[in-house]
Amino acid sequence: MGIIKASRLVFDYIKRDEDENIQEVDRAIDHLDVDIEKGSFVAILGHNGSGKSTFAKQINGILTPTEGTVWVSDRSTAEEEAVWEIRKKAGMVFQNPDNQIIGNVVEEDVGFGPENIGVPTEEIWRRVDESLKAVGMTAYRYKSPNKLSGGQKQRVAIAGVMAMRPECIILDEPTAMLDPNGRKEVIRTIGELNRKEGITVLLITHYMEEVIWADRVIVMDDGKLVMDGAPKEIFSQVDQLKQYRLDVPQVTELAHGLRQAGVEIPKGILSRKELLQALLPVFEERFPGQITR
Amino acid sequence: MSIRAENLTYVYGQGTAMEQYALRNVNFEILDGEFVGLIGHTGSGKSTLIQHLNGLIKPTGGTVYYDGVDIHSEGYSLRELRSKVGLVFQYPEHQLFEVDVFSDVCYGPKNLGLTKEETEQRARDALRLVGLEERYWEQSPFELSGGQKRRVAIAGVLAMNPRVLILDEPTAGLDPRGRDEILDEIRELHSERNMSIILVSHSMEDMAKYAGRLMVMNQGEKVFDGSPREVFEHYRELEAIGLAAPEVTYIVHELRDHGVPIGDDITTVEEAQKAILKLLGGGNHD
Repeated sequence: MGIIKASRLVFDYIKRDEDENIQEVDRAIDHLDVDIEKGSFVAILGHNGSGKSTFAKQINGILTPTEGTVWVSDRSTAEEEAVWEIRKKAGMVFQNPDNQIIGNVVEEDVGFGPENIGVPTEEIWRRVDESLKAVGMTAYRYKSPNKLSGGQKQRVAIAGVMAMRPECIILDEPTAMLDPNGRKEVIRTIGELNRKEGITVLLITHYMEEVIWADRVIVMDDGKLVMDGAPKEIFSQVDQLKQYRLDVPQVTELAHGLRQAGVEIPKGILSRKELLQALLPVFEERFPGQITR
Repeated sequence: MSIRAENLTYVYGQGTAMEQYALRNVNFEILDGEFVGLIGHTGSGKSTLIQHLNGLIKPTGGTVYYDGVDIHSEGYSLRELRSKVGLVFQYPEHQLFEVDVFSDVCYGPKNLGLTKEETEQRARDALRLVGLEERYWEQSPFELSGGQKRRVAIAGVLAMNPRVLILDEPTAGLDPRGRDEILDEIRELHSERNMSIILVSHSMEDMAKYAGRLMVMNQGEKVFDGSPREVFEHYRELEAIGLAAPEVTYIVHELRDHGVPIGDDITTVEEAQKAILKLLGGGNHD
C-alpha cells in the first residue's frame, strides 16, 4: 500500500437549513479509489468542480469521508487522534500566497509550524535553515515576506511545510496566481524536493506544461477518477482530455492534429524536442538534401 | 474614441530616497475598435499604466488624452470618463458585495443617476452580454462558481456602457473552460459592440489568439508595439525580459533552423498545422 490510499471514497457537501434539515446534497467525490506510491510525483487534473480540491482536503484531514476511507501512512483520516500525526506527514500549499504567510520575517514564518508543535528551539532553527535552503530562499531569510514576489512567497510557504518534515506535499494550484517567472520558480522547486529529498508530491494544476514531467497523471471529472497513467499515455488522448474540458500543451495539440491529417509521427508527443525529432525525417523525405539534423 | 498617452511618466515616492519610476515616457494611441493585449511581467508597469487610462492615477509627467482632451485639464469630468473607460481589476469578484447578482450589477448605473427602469435595463443587458443565465440573477453572488462571479463583476462594469473595456488578467485562476468562455465573450463584445478592448494577460497563447495588437512593457517602458506576429518574432528579446512567445512559435523557428522552408510569422497551433500540412502535402495529398 502506498503512502496515500483512498478506498471507495465518497464525500458529500451537505447544505442544511436553519432547523438542521438537509436541504441539498452535493456529491463532490463519488467512489474514488486511488493509491499513491511513496516518493512519486503525481499530478491531478480536472476542471473546477471536478472534485480534485476536495480530494486534497481529504488527505490531510481538513475534510473527512462521508463514506469509504482515506489512509495516510497507514492511518485513517477518520481517526480523530490521527489527525495531527497526518498533518505532519502531509502538508498543504494553497493557491493564494498572501493567505498563507503570517510571519513578519521570512525565517519566523518558516519556523511557525514546528514551533507550534513544540519542537525544541535549536531543532526549529535547524529545520528553518534546511527548509529555506531546499526552496532556494536562504538569501531572503531576514526579509519581510511582504516585499517578496508571488513566486518567492509560494516558496516560503513551501518551506514552511517542509519545516514540518512531511513525507508528502499536496499543492492545490500553487501557481494559479503567479506570472510565468513565478510559475517556473515554484515548479522547479517542487521538482527538486521530489527528486532530492524524496518527498511525495501531489500537484493539482490547470497548467498542462507543469505536469508533463510528473511520474503519473490522474484526471478527475464529476468526483470520479477518469484517466490515470504516465503523461505520455494521458496526453496522447487529446480528444478525451478535451471532453473533460482540459487543455493540452500546444506541442501535443499540434502533433495530434498532424497525425490526424495523416502525417506519420508517433503518438503522445509532449516536448518540442520530440516533435522536432519526429518531424525532421518527414520533411527530409519531402525536401531531400535540404534538411539539416 | 481614442485614448492617447503622451510621454506618460509615473514616479512613486518622488523626491524621496525610495523614488522609483513605474512608467517612463510611454507613448501610444488606441483607436476605436482595437483589441490590444498588454504584456509584461509583474512589476513592469502595466497595472500602473491601465489605472492612468481612466484617471485613477494622475501622471507625474506627460498627459493622457481621451478623444483629444487632456483628462486632467480643468473642468474635465473624471466621473464621466470612468463610465466610458471601464476598468475590470484583477480578481474583480472580490469587489462583489450586494445581496443578489442583479442588485450588484445595478449598483454602477444607479450611481450614474439613471432612472430605475434604465438602470435595470442596463443590468439585464449586461448580464445577458456576459452569458449569465437568468436563474442566477436572484442568487447571492457568493453562491456562484469562480467563473460566474467573475462574469457578474464584468457585467457590473459593462452596465456603465463603456466605450473601452480594460481587463487586468480576467482569466487568472479560472480553469481552461472558464478561461475560454470569458475570452470568447470579450471577443464578442469587441466584434459585436465594437467596444475597444485592452487586455492584460500573461498567456501568450491567448494573446496570439485574441489580440490584434500587442504592447509589451518592461521596467516602466514600452518596448514593443505591433501585431502579435511582429512582436513574437522578437521572441529572443522577449525571453531576455522574462517573457516568452507562444510555444508553437518556437517549434516553427526550430524547424526553420533545420532548413524547413516554413514561414516565420506563425503564432497559433492552427496556423502551424496548416503551414506544415501545406509543405508536406505538395504533390502528395493535393
